[in-house]
Amino acid sequence: MSQATQILTDLQPKDAVENFHGNIIVYLDWDYHRFLCSALAFPLPPAMPFEALLKEVIPNMYSAHPDFSKIDWANVKWTLDGVEDFVPDPAKNLKDNGFGHKSLLQFATPGLDGVGGTFN
Amino acid sequence: MAAKRMNSKKRYELLTRNMGWETTYQSMDEVFPYDKFEGIKIKDWDKWEDPFRLTVDAYWKFQAEKDKKLYAIIDSFAQNNGQMNISDARYVNALKLFIQGVTPLEYYAHRHYAHLGRHFRGEGTRVACQMQSIDELRHAQTQIHTLSHYNKYFDGLHDPFHMFDRVWYLSVPKSYFEDAMTAGPFEFITSVSFSFEYILTNLLFVPFMSGAAYNGDQATVTFGFSAQSDESRHMTLGLEVIKFMVEQHEDNLPIVQGWIDKHFWRAYRVLALVSAMQDYMLPNSPMSWKEAWDVYFVENIGALFDDLSRYGLRMPKYHEVATAESEHLSHQVWLTLYNYSHAAGMQTWVPDDKKLDWLSEKYPNTFDKHYRPRFEMFRQMEADGQRHFSPGLPQLCQVCQVPMAFTEVVAGDAMKISRRVSTYKEDRFYTCSDGCRDVFEGNPAKYAQAWLPVHQIFQGNCGGAELADVAKWCHLQPGDGGEHVGSPDQDRWKKWRGEDTVKPTVMAAE
Repeated sequence: MSQATQILTDLQPKDAVENFHGNIIVYLDWDYHRFLCSALAFPLPPAMPFEALLKEVIPNMYSAHPDFSKIDWANVKWTLDGVEDFVPDPAKNLKDNGFGHKSLLQFATPGLDGVGGTFN
Repeated sequence: MAAKRMNSKKRYELLTRNMGWETTYQSMDEVFPYDKFEGIKIKDWDKWEDPFRLTVDAYWKFQAEKDKKLYAIIDSFAQNNGQMNISDARYVNALKLFIQGVTPLEYYAHRHYAHLGRHFRGEGTRVACQMQSIDELRHAQTQIHTLSHYNKYFDGLHDPFHMFDRVWYLSVPKSYFEDAMTAGPFEFITSVSFSFEYILTNLLFVPFMSGAAYNGDQATVTFGFSAQSDESRHMTLGLEVIKFMVEQHEDNLPIVQGWIDKHFWRAYRVLALVSAMQDYMLPNSPMSWKEAWDVYFVENIGALFDDLSRYGLRMPKYHEVATAESEHLSHQVWLTLYNYSHAAGMQTWVPDDKKLDWLSEKYPNTFDKHYRPRFEMFRQMEADGQRHFSPGLPQLCQVCQVPMAFTEVVAGDAMKISRRVSTYKEDRFYTCSDGCRDVFEGNPAKYAQAWLPVHQIFQGNCGGAELADVAKWCHLQPGDGGEHVGSPDQDRWKKWRGEDTVKPTVMAAE
């Protein structure tokens, strides 16, 4: 390996968790609701209770959509880092719920299919 | 006895090839330290066929002539308030995108072709790169001069180079070009001269220049004509480079094909911004992105690669994904910009009915089904005083750095976000597509160093935690971006046109 390649390989990734002042990055997306074009990104403390994500972050981000007030939270389908049927424990914090740096949390609300059922 | 006049062939030889020599004071490898490490093998640099046989005296004469004509028109445009002839103030957002996202690339190209003009071993190649370097500087300069007139009358054009280095959507062109600049000379020239300036050039040039022509922007049209013959030289250089590399050694073929694949995909993702400009920012749209893609890529580049197949080259990988996306791309990107233009240097808006109907006509398979409903929702929210801007920041692709709004079009699921994830040093890295994932996995150590704007904001490197702090750090000013309706740009435009109640007595530059 050339010296330049070795230097590059030894470098810590620019987005290593150490660079986020104690936070982890968490990505969030409401499946099939494209009024927000992509998943959202947040710097969150791993010690944050999941309940705060549920009661504060998610409503702040998604409540403008007409489907939001109709969500039956008991029947929401969660996917964490690609693993479906994730069952979050609102009493536990993000870390203890299995969130790591750059974890992606998706929630799906089958039956609530966006504006006119178009997934918008 | 009078000396015989030289013919142009002899003149060219003396002024270019004969300026080089085999060095003896230092070895050739010491004098040219960069052109072997990529593994490209050149047996005989003399086999390089100069794509344009210009000597520097002819070069400056042609270029000076073009500049004289162009600057006369720019002067006349300024003196005659040419900015009043554009179709609508919305059009100026295409110029904001151009000066922020394209002009800095011209300058980067100027710098890097100067580097290549020193570091390629063959004199013919060096001369071609030197001329391209001066061409690109001329393009940067003429674009700045042309668009500086609009800067007197519209927001968003005041600090493009500063914004280029900091603002989220501008990291898309910036990271693409810097990817090429931090590679070796052969990869750079494959990326820029071939993938960008040959394969995809018309998909940059035509949308902007015919957009200018159809929207009354005489100044930009004239810049376009002024640059056109330079671009034809650049295309010739791109083609010659490819042929030269594959003809020199059979080992070069897989390397060159890999670069064509990678840089086609990366340049295509940059052009996503142009697709949105073409379909949405132009009040008068001569041609849709899909129409342009069908002609300039599917037909023209299909024919090119039929031709190049005799060298063993094939179409770029994932080209069929790009073609499938052509019915979705502009809508997805415009709707991304719509969500985030409060943090941008250009404005967005819900299209008027005329444009919505044009979009339905040009995109019969996709627009009414997937995208019109979203515009209708946004129109309603605007009417309710709740114009929809995203309250958060988007997930970005690690490689192309576009917000991850692309969808699984090829899989037939156009409303499902396309995400790929790779692991490197126990960390996750998200990409938007197979194309970007392949780029990441081809050199994860490099792309793990990407400066992703959203993550940099979270690290505290962008002036602060609040949007207002970040905007200040980026030199974004109120009126540059956000919603077009009710903006200072629109208000001034209406005033100048007498479309408000107060008629101006004197034209004032703001």
